[in-house]
Amino acid sequence: MKSGCPGADNIIVVRDLHYARGQAMVFDGLDLEIRRGGVTAIMGPSGTGKTTLLRLITGQEIPDRGSILFDGDEVTRMSRRQLFRMRRRVGMLFQNGALLTDLNVYDNVAFPLREHTRLPERLIRHIVLTKLHAVGLRGAWRLMPAQLSGGMARRVALARAIVMDPDIIYYDEPFVGLDPISMGVVVRLIRRMNDALGLTSVVVTHDVDEVSTIADCSFLLADGRVAATGTPEQLRDHHSETVTQFMQGMADGPVPFHYPAPDYGEQLLAPERD
Amino acid sequence: MTAPRVPGWRRLLLEAGYSLRDFFGTFGAGQLFLLRILASLPYALARPRLVIQQVYVAGVQSLVVIMLAGLFVGMVLALQGHNTLSRFGAEDTIGMVAALGLVRELGPVVTALLFAGRAGTALSSEIGLMKATDQLAGMEMMAVDPIKRVVAPRFLGGVIAVPILTLIFNAMGIFGAWLEAVIVLGVDEGAFWSQMQAQVDLQDDVLSGIVKSVFFGVAASLLAVFEGYNCVPTAEGVGRATTRAVVHTSLTVLVLNFMLTAWLLGGN
Repeated sequence: MKSGCPGADNIIVVRDLHYARGQAMVFDGLDLEIRRGGVTAIMGPSGTGKTTLLRLITGQEIPDRGSILFDGDEVTRMSRRQLFRMRRRVGMLFQNGALLTDLNVYDNVAFPLREHTRLPERLIRHIVLTKLHAVGLRGAWRLMPAQLSGGMARRVALARAIVMDPDIIYYDEPFVGLDPISMGVVVRLIRRMNDALGLTSVVVTHDVDEVSTIADCSFLLADGRVAATGTPEQLRDHHSETVTQFMQGMADGPVPFHYPAPDYGEQLLAPERD
Repeated sequence: MTAPRVPGWRRLLLEAGYSLRDFFGTFGAGQLFLLRILASLPYALARPRLVIQQVYVAGVQSLVVIMLAGLFVGMVLALQGHNTLSRFGAEDTIGMVAALGLVRELGPVVTALLFAGRAGTALSSEIGLMKATDQLAGMEMMAVDPIKRVVAPRFLGGVIAVPILTLIFNAMGIFGAWLEAVIVLGVDEGAFWSQMQAQVDLQDDVLSGIVKSVFFGVAASLLAVFEGYNCVPTAEGVGRATTRAVVHTSLTVLVLNFMLTAWLLGGN
């Protein structure tokens, strides 16, 4: 196993995670570890609960059963104050960037600093421009979020996510809806930021090709559990049908093409809608 | 699957029971939400810029609507008043009638209703859209409480703006009444103002109107931020929340107005 996959020093340990939304089971005894310092990809078909897993790990939702340890602390039992203390060590990039629409790029990136520190404005300016420079958008500091393209918005959100120098960054579907150039930029930035700042990165995605170029370790979720773990190469060579279908993008397989339905012929010949 | 058959009267009773339960559930949630906002007020007060910005958004941007409405309500009061009072030769009291109607009832109530339509809807939809676009979740993830940073300043801005808007509405209404009564209908100007000065009491009339407007400000702002914050985070959900905010605020203001009037008159 490549060095990026779970080892002795794990920043996140999930054990026997159970979570249901209404009648629908999302996680059924999920176990997972994320190694400190690496880029970990959490992959899986749409609807397998990848984003829900991020929400559970960050304490935005509470599981029905199981344990989630962040750096040794139990997330599921944290008070709101403890959660906020943990989140100061965490950066999160939402799918749409989640920039505050009434603030410009500069104020968006400065937002966590102004809320959590008493740094003088001069120093805040220095930090903000440094972070914006790192994502290549120093020149866009005056723009409002509505004036940014999808890729730019995500880069600004990345600058904001790293402005408090977190230990770990979660990326929720960072490649969705990006053109090839923006996608390439974001892919490289994730790896570069991770290595330059000594972070841990968790990338939730279903873009196999993109994430394969930067992930040290990948988890593939299916049926409420981890179906496979390993480097992208190991997943490609995996013998399981579920993993093969996902990695090769096959239309039909364990994840069926057709939504469960009655017999085609019978339904067509049925006199009424049912 | 067909639903089990339940007799009509029983179904009606069941639905009434569910509606009552939902009403009390929402009412309780609203009270808890208010408590959370009140607990967050020190944070908002420590950042006066945020509050001033919201007073501007809720107040200054509603100014034209409030002034125009005040002007025409005052004018129509004078017109109707003149029509009735002139039958008894009492058209000189028109200033007093218009002013009492405005400062005690119409000013606070109409201002609150207009505020709900203009600023309340904007508050609900803004907070709802922030929820739908993950901005509130993003704040939570940055360890910033959205109730403190987003909701409390907007609530406070509304609570400050409504009484001020009410006073402006009253002033414009009295101006409108003067315009119609004195300039158009030829009522004696001296009588118009002196009757008003003699009969309108600062404490019983003007202050009671302001007390009402403070209550209305709290109700309108609370319902607007509550509906926005608790909306279903979709386009349809935000729309529904905005509609609910206006409808609930309008009904609450009218019911509250009756209760406050009974209370304030009972003290006399």
